[in-house]
Amino acid sequence: MATANVSTDAPSETPRGARRRLPPELSILGVMIGMMLLFEVLGWIFVGQSFIANPLRLKIMILQEAVIGIIAVGVTQVIIMGGIDLSSGSLVGMTAMIAASFAQRADYTHAIYPGLTGLNPLIPVFFGLFCGLLAGMINGSLIAYTKIPPFIATLGMMVSARGVADWYTDGQPIGNLSDSYAAIGAGWWPVIIFLVVAGLFHIALRYTRYGKFTYAIGANPLAARVSGINVERHIVMVYTIAGLLAGLAGVVTTARAITGQAGMGVGFELDAIAGAVIGGTSLAGGVGRMTGTVIGTVILGILTSGFTFLNVDAHYQEIIKGAVIIAAVITDQYRLRKRRSA
Amino acid sequence: MLSPTTAQLVRESGAIPKAEYLLEVENVRKAFPGVIALDDVSFRLKRGHVHALMGENGAGKSTLMKIISGIYTPDSGSFRLKGQEIRLHSPLDALRYGIAMIHQELNLMAFMTVAENIWIRREPLNGFGLVRHGEMRRRTQELFDRLDIHLDPDAEVRDLSVANRQMVEIAKAVSYDSDILIMDEPTSALTDREVDHLFKIIRTLKDQGKGIVYITHKMNELFEIADEVSVFRDGKFVGERAASEVTRDDIIKMMVGREITQMFPKMTVPIGDVILSVKGLTLAGRFHDISFDLRKGEILGLAGLVGSGRSNVAETLFGVTPATAGTIAIDGKPIVIKNPATAMDAGMAFLTEDRKETGCFLLLDITDNMQVALLRNSHVTAGFVNEGEIEKLCLEQKDVLRVRTPNLHEPILNLSGGNQQKVLIARWLMTHPRILILDEPTRGIDVGAKAEIHRLISELAGKGVAVIMISSEMPEVLGMSDRVLVMHEGRMTGIVDRKDATQVTIMEFASQ
Repeated sequence: MATANVSTDAPSETPRGARRRLPPELSILGVMIGMMLLFEVLGWIFVGQSFIANPLRLKIMILQEAVIGIIAVGVTQVIIMGGIDLSSGSLVGMTAMIAASFAQRADYTHAIYPGLTGLNPLIPVFFGLFCGLLAGMINGSLIAYTKIPPFIATLGMMVSARGVADWYTDGQPIGNLSDSYAAIGAGWWPVIIFLVVAGLFHIALRYTRYGKFTYAIGANPLAARVSGINVERHIVMVYTIAGLLAGLAGVVTTARAITGQAGMGVGFELDAIAGAVIGGTSLAGGVGRMTGTVIGTVILGILTSGFTFLNVDAHYQEIIKGAVIIAAVITDQYRLRKRRSA
Repeated sequence: MLSPTTAQLVRESGAIPKAEYLLEVENVRKAFPGVIALDDVSFRLKRGHVHALMGENGAGKSTLMKIISGIYTPDSGSFRLKGQEIRLHSPLDALRYGIAMIHQELNLMAFMTVAENIWIRREPLNGFGLVRHGEMRRRTQELFDRLDIHLDPDAEVRDLSVANRQMVEIAKAVSYDSDILIMDEPTSALTDREVDHLFKIIRTLKDQGKGIVYITHKMNELFEIADEVSVFRDGKFVGERAASEVTRDDIIKMMVGREITQMFPKMTVPIGDVILSVKGLTLAGRFHDISFDLRKGEILGLAGLVGSGRSNVAETLFGVTPATAGTIAIDGKPIVIKNPATAMDAGMAFLTEDRKETGCFLLLDITDNMQVALLRNSHVTAGFVNEGEIEKLCLEQKDVLRVRTPNLHEPILNLSGGNQQKVLIARWLMTHPRILILDEPTRGIDVGAKAEIHRLISELAGKGVAVIMISSEMPEVLGMSDRVLVMHEGRMTGIVDRKDATQVTIMEFASQ
């Protein structure tokens, strides 16, 4: 997966000696560190304090990004396989509502399911994950078997899942969640869950057949098919995993906020895609790494947190974030073109 | 030098320059990495004549036409349009000079109307810059009347048959008031009646003094429509004859009359029992009723012109496009091959024709490319790939096949065509196939690597692997095959034994 040193020479019979290639994550990591230093400097100039030497700020930032990071882990795999998932944000909303409805306190009298309060927290977790998985499976099956473009299939799911979230309680938030459920989102747990999930799928992508096939389908679906890979089944599997992770993100979100709201996760799908792309995952498929996505997600967090720290108006924040995403995609295109012409 | 704009003005003024030759191309040379596609080729097109181009696949006809229509820039050579020197830089230049090409694969926009397709980029506009659809329709109708085409200018192209789309392409080319029309196998998708109509149009154009370059593989068309014929072989111009003075045999000899300069190391190996038996294999719309037996250690060549259905047969055997009729038996046991996985389970392997489209994972490294077929059902424990074992196997293959690369983690993109092909062959050898289907195994690779691949194929046959080899290169087919199955337009026209196989017999089967 080298990107930096691929030469544009015409292919020759004896390729140039193997140059040591630095993993592409290093350059992204460099960007991340550079960005932090930039905010540090700007911080001293404009607000007279340190950006980095403020653990609380960093903690808030990383907690905010953890949920998006969990989605991004699934979305990264979808994108590596040559697909796209626009539904993850809405799935967070939908699964948040469903999970929250089974997580209400035993002593709460106006519960959604009055008979089902004070349950073991594993039950709402299960429902949240299961609904996410089911939605992902629907995404995957639509794409694999009806051959509609992933963009359309997941766009439809995005709209419908948000609809389910709204319909579920007529838009009313679900409160009074049990303490044992809220514990899932307390303290550093969201971050730990994010990192564990990212680590697991990093290993899956690098060392398992599942991962090899994901890259192969993304790099060339026709060749993958001729090589005997059951491409359709694999597509369903990857989207199902993405759905499952969106469900996990929904559970973590409600547990952290100790409430379920239909509007949860709005726009998360784009942040997750942005995180993956900034981290070096190519929208053309076949290229990308989980470590890059983790760094990409953190970069998004640094941007938000840094601008807030500098008291930059939220509207400007959005504008600049958009520009960063576009810059990342341009870099990606440029890298790919360099390779293709090699 | 004549500029494109002047040429256009002259043409539009209706003036008819007196030059006898519409187009003269001299000493054109074009090299692609590793292959000289055209070597010192000259070509002349007379006013009011149909000039046919013939030659085997890869002889250079299409390259020459792409140069004439401005798609490729030649490395050297000169062009004269009606006696005046010109230079082409783009297809647009060619159009302005009055050279229009009708491509084999149609280039129409399916969701636009016939009229919109014809006048694209030249739509009649009103004072506000908006398109005058009425005027456009009227001009289209006028054009159709002139060519005796009966189509509704407002029909959407996607609703038209292939033949009618072809007519629209031709009308579009004529609408440029081009003097020179290039047709690349225009009849490949037409029925006899439609071919007659096309020929009528061609004759009309001839009478108007236009020159037509007509690329074809079909002998009968040559004698029916062409005035002259130029034959190409291996990127070289072989000769030009008047169509009335040549025979079918002359042309075939000119097309194939080359010495087999490279000897392929074909070894005589014992031929074993029948391993694959195919009866009445059919894929509706592509090929019909293909039957043959393949034995262990045998190399069966599959010959025929491009489009004869050779590759379709291979794809169907391997389950990429499952058959619509017919039976396949392996070791005497009937088997339904509905996807590549079933074919692989039955011991088959398939090296596809197009390395880039259906072979390589260009963005991935060599190991990833080699291991993918193997991973389907081995060398995986609890989902985890046994990287150590795989690495060893890949290294082994790299050495056996002499893949030239510093290490196995080089992106396959950085390898030459020949080495990429070796990696793909390795992918399949690692699965230990009993039946190996090779579609153009040596296309676009240099001579050295070619000989190595031939040696490898022979060795595999020696180990009892049954091989089906598709190739457009006649010497390769003749040099390697024990028997040659020849196809023409989706049908099997014959199976020739090695001792009877010559270029002429095969060409006869392939073009009948």
